[in-house]
Amino acid sequence: MTDVELLLWVRGPAFDIATVILCAGMVIRFMEIFMLGRKANLAEARGSEMAGGLGTVFRRTLVDTGTFKRTPFTVVAGWLFHIGLFVIIFLFVPHILVFEGATGLSWPGLPSNIVDAFAVITIVTLLAILIHRWRDPVLRLLSEFNDYLVWLVTFTPVLTGWLAFHRVGAAPAALIAVHILSVELLMVLFPFTKLSHAFTLWVARWYNGAIAGYKGVKS
Amino acid sequence: MNGPSFERGYNTLKEQIDAPVAAFFSSCVHCGMCAEACLFYTETGDPKYTPIHKLEPLRKVWKQEYTFWGKLGKALGISKALSDEDLSDWETLVYDSCTLCGRCSMVCPVGNDLAYMIRKLREGMAISGHAPPGLIGATKRAVTIGSPMGVKFPALQAQIRHAEAETGLTLPVDKAEADYMLLLSSMEVMNFPEFIGAVAKIFAQAELNWTISSEAFEATNSGIQIGVSDIAAELVQRIVDAAENLGVKNVISPECGHAYMAIRWEGPNLIGRPYNFKVIHILELLEQLHKEGRLKLKDKDVRRLTYHDPCQIGRRGGVLEQPRNLLNAVAANFVEMPDTAGMNWCCGAGGGVSANERADELRIRAFKRKKAQLDAVQPDALVSACANCRIQLEEGLEEYHTDIPVVSLTETIVEHLDGLGSKEGHPS
Repeated sequence: MTDVELLLWVRGPAFDIATVILCAGMVIRFMEIFMLGRKANLAEARGSEMAGGLGTVFRRTLVDTGTFKRTPFTVVAGWLFHIGLFVIIFLFVPHILVFEGATGLSWPGLPSNIVDAFAVITIVTLLAILIHRWRDPVLRLLSEFNDYLVWLVTFTPVLTGWLAFHRVGAAPAALIAVHILSVELLMVLFPFTKLSHAFTLWVARWYNGAIAGYKGVKS
Repeated sequence: MNGPSFERGYNTLKEQIDAPVAAFFSSCVHCGMCAEACLFYTETGDPKYTPIHKLEPLRKVWKQEYTFWGKLGKALGISKALSDEDLSDWETLVYDSCTLCGRCSMVCPVGNDLAYMIRKLREGMAISGHAPPGLIGATKRAVTIGSPMGVKFPALQAQIRHAEAETGLTLPVDKAEADYMLLLSSMEVMNFPEFIGAVAKIFAQAELNWTISSEAFEATNSGIQIGVSDIAAELVQRIVDAAENLGVKNVISPECGHAYMAIRWEGPNLIGRPYNFKVIHILELLEQLHKEGRLKLKDKDVRRLTYHDPCQIGRRGGVLEQPRNLLNAVAANFVEMPDTAGMNWCCGAGGGVSANERADELRIRAFKRKKAQLDAVQPDALVSACANCRIQLEEGLEEYHTDIPVVSLTETIVEHLDGLGSKEGHPS
């Protein structure tokens, strides 16, 4: 298979397969959660579940000052690479064209050199996060294969994308093919690993806030 | 009744897992931030006290029973199933080093309510025979005697007589159709009996139609702390029966954190139906009386006072504003500690930890967090609203050679009460 044939395959059938697995997998994950249900609360409510839940969905994006002082690296690094990923995925013009091709929706992007800077920040931050996971006693205790796998499949598309953008290491077609393949690996693993938190955390936050909101307290 | 067994514990854990638990475990990214919210971790530096790590047995059951990959791994025999040994290994983490304070639930960036899950995990731990002896003893006394400390009604009667002699009021017992039925914790009865007289004075001034039940005065609920819902339900049912037999309109939860959680929030769910009366916390009632002008104060406390929020009354119970409104009314110099109200640090003795002698050393070590909070504001006195917190606060302050008096909010208010309204009190 030539570089171009590989590229055509990863942009065509492979991308379709990855998309189906991603969507079907997430449907299964949400069914696994919601089919468990929860009992009706018979205690007299003091506040609103819905308001409490929605409040926590937004509020939990920020941390309180005391927690920030105790966990500055986790908070700052977490913000940096999440923002970096958002900019790279959704504001890089070639990516917007992919979304437009798939959905018909388009939006303005950022200049490539700015996205490039975000990519570098994201790569450096993800490396720092990996080192932190190795060195921090709490994270070392908590970490399992899944955590390192998730790190790897998040880091690889960013790195391969950056290499493809700068045309470093191989022919352009091969670089882009490897980059798209790494994205497809992320898409396939997404529903079955902690990557799925990108969707489930909104549900988790809502439940947290709803439980507190029912009692008339913010969480 | 069947005895404890791993199988029963496992099945109980399976039953405990609901949509919120599945959403929480699905979302955890092992960031470790919950560790920094837990005083058992911050004061020991031992990673095993990381809250999400304490939940590992429940997570294993969730993964194996309710996820595609977990089920596949189980079917192929390649995943390591939860064992009785796991539960045994986790017993001290689940009971000795967690007060169910819920501070971790406030900081988790993905929104996991870890305290909600620890409460559920304890159900499986207890039924599989992995609960601490101290809590088992307290629970047995609660079931057989009616109080975890073995306090029977005659002991309360003696304290009531004492309060009557001190206040000159008649304290109503078993008064039918009263508006309010007061519950007490046995710690108040035995360690802080002055609370009874304080409440009587306030209620006399407010001309409240109230009573104490000789059938059910104990508000605490060891069944919730140990994690046996059947027992917790039985203890709640005793109160419900007494309140409904007397035909009272409201039941007052006393200055006790988990008692409020038990009777206000868990109770109806434990017995499977709503109550025919309302439950109100003593601080909610006092604030209401103050707003209505029925709680009159003659002056203000001029000392520098700070307030320790009992976790189950504050962030887990929703009574956060009321104590502050009361303190601002009664104290001229009320100051907040850093990390206060919803983010307050636990005293270290809630959730059954104080009844678990095995945890004594760890409990006192964890108190250093509260000590640091207090050091930051240097109060003349520390006010709280939970007899269990109060004992831990007093013990901890003594251990760390800090001379700060610990006082109840209700008793602080009584010291500044303006006269006694109807001196007759309430005919019994």
